Amino acid sequence: MDLIELRDIHKTYYLGEVDLPVLKGVSLNIVRGELVALMGASGSGKSTLMNILGCLDHPTSGKYWLDGREITWLTATERARLRNRVIGFVFQSFNLLPRTTALENVLMPLTYTKENLNEYQKKQRAAELLQKVGLADRIDHQPSQLSGGEQQRVAIARSLVNQPRVLLADEPTGNLDSRTSEEILEMFQQFNSIDGITVILVTHDPGVAKHAQRIIHIKDGLIENSTGQHRLGGAV
Amino acid sequence: MRLYSTMKTAFGALGRNVMRTLLTTLGIVIGVGAVISMMEIGNGTTIAIQRTMASIGANTLVIVPGAVSISGVNQGSGSKMTLTPQDADAITKECPAVRSVAPIVRARTQIVYGNHNWVPTYVYGTTPSFLDVREWTDLDKGDAFTEHDVRNSSKVCIIGQTIVSELFGGESPIGKEIRIRNVAFKVIGVLQKKGANVMGMDQDDILLAPWTTIKYRVVASSLANANQSSTNTGNSSEVNTLNQIYPNIQQNLYYIPTDSEQADAPKPIRFANVDQILTAAQSGNQIPFAIEQITMLLRERHHLRVTDVNDFNVRDMTEIAKAMSSTTELITKLLLCVAMISLVVGGVGIMNIMLVSVTERTREIGLRMAVGAEPGDILRQFLTEAVVLCLLGGTLGIVLGRGSSYIVSAVLHWPTAVSVWAIVAAVIVSASVGIIFGFYPAWKASRLDPIEALRYE
Repeated sequence: MDLIELRDIHKTYYLGEVDLPVLKGVSLNIVRGELVALMGASGSGKSTLMNILGCLDHPTSGKYWLDGREITWLTATERARLRNRVIGFVFQSFNLLPRTTALENVLMPLTYTKENLNEYQKKQRAAELLQKVGLADRIDHQPSQLSGGEQQRVAIARSLVNQPRVLLADEPTGNLDSRTSEEILEMFQQFNSIDGITVILVTHDPGVAKHAQRIIHIKDGLIENSTGQHRLGGAV
Repeated sequence: MRLYSTMKTAFGALGRNVMRTLLTTLGIVIGVGAVISMMEIGNGTTIAIQRTMASIGANTLVIVPGAVSISGVNQGSGSKMTLTPQDADAITKECPAVRSVAPIVRARTQIVYGNHNWVPTYVYGTTPSFLDVREWTDLDKGDAFTEHDVRNSSKVCIIGQTIVSELFGGESPIGKEIRIRNVAFKVIGVLQKKGANVMGMDQDDILLAPWTTIKYRVVASSLANANQSSTNTGNSSEVNTLNQIYPNIQQNLYYIPTDSEQADAPKPIRFANVDQILTAAQSGNQIPFAIEQITMLLRERHHLRVTDVNDFNVRDMTEIAKAMSSTTELITKLLLCVAMISLVVGGVGIMNIMLVSVTERTREIGLRMAVGAEPGDILRQFLTEAVVLCLLGGTLGIVLGRGSSYIVSAVLHWPTAVSVWAIVAAVIVSASVGIIFGFYPAWKASRLDPIEALRYE
């Protein structure tokens, strides 16, 4: 079964008198366990699509199924819960809380989780994830004491702390040098292959996109083509 | 969301910028501090005013005997002989709303020292507690007479300033003897100056002596002219108590037995009545209770049936009491206004900084929303921060307020009184200020669009 299914998604921004259609009928399937890259130039509707995929926004029309459930018209609160439990976000600019330790940054999403974990269990889980991303000795460091690559690893640990199904990474290597980028991308591949987490990389950089199993190109609000192999079937 | 993590997040956010947190709370600190010190100084002032009012006699209750009619002619208030010194003692013991009680025997008579003579406005036979009732306990010179003097009917007296100047000129009166109807009284104390009362009567024109002495040695009242307040004993022809030796005109209202008849019959028991009883209530607001307690007690002591009217009257100083309550009420209201203004100013400061904080932390809010914070969570977080700020300010304000009122009382010697009510109110008010002024910024934060917020630079 597809983890994500978009059917004929339209998104139009109404700026006063002028209507600005950004997505003009996007249909898309992403299978559980895929590593997909979403490519497109700026202004192509890539970010808008990512916001819809990440449940930060809802489409003007069309339908969106996530994990077999239609979520097109959820309320803000319901979408917040969904983001908390099902989706992990990694941002270009890391977005860590300043003057807060790596461990606490990783713990932060858990404060909004309804699941009943005690403080010890939460810390245990956060510490394990930091170890997994190779920052076991940096647990008590604040973002200002970490390099860009290390900050992004903290952000990845944070995105995984609620054991999401999907990891949405928005230009995750945009602020990193090429060697660190490579490390970060390898980490995504590792989480994808070992832990079976579906990863969607949003990027404009072909060098990043080539790490994915499948590349979806967007141009002018439409899916142009889709290259690479569907793990469980042919190209869409 | 869980209270613990909300509090932790709030303290974390506030701890990230300690200086700003402290400066923000300063408004509330000063507000609450001002409220508390104002309330305490105000309370002290109120107490001082009450004390001043009480010395005028605001808390005083006068119990006078009822009126009696003889052959249809009413003899006026105080003509019954129903009040006894035992009544005064009973009031002291059994009326909790009464602070102090003094029985009074009045006389109007001439007093003589050397070649001077004078008729004081007040010649009162009483107990030492008279001074307490009238708030007059600090003597100018010498000492007051004691309960012991009352029991012994000692011939001692204390006099007011007017008598000092009229009889003694510049001399010190202490230890001198003045004669009252040929009875020599030793002056043992001089009262402080009190001036005229509201009716223009000179309160310093007073002579106080043990009531037993005045009653039995000076007035020596017979049953015929038992009550000084209703019958004129200031008759100038009646200069001494030795009526039998120098008889003067005296109306006999009823048959007086001859000496031989008196020898045959046992003497009627004459109980010692007093002309009035002066009492002071514990405080201004205790006056109604004091009146009620005294009335109940005296009705019982005088064996009055339910249908009988009171054979006494309890009078309070309504006019002065009204002035007192309106004055203190005014002061309290004034202080409350000042307090409200300073707290509102403090609250606006909190709102201002919370709005800055929301703007500054837009990205953080966006991030928290992206990882699953519901709008309610964000609202709660900022509201908690505001309330924590205000409670912190409230706590510091209590310390500041208590401290400054302590300094004021220690350095300036202004009267202050600790007001627990003000402290409780300050805590409640500062929490409410936090909620009221924190709500708008928190609501604004919770309405942010996560996409916009994440993109915010």
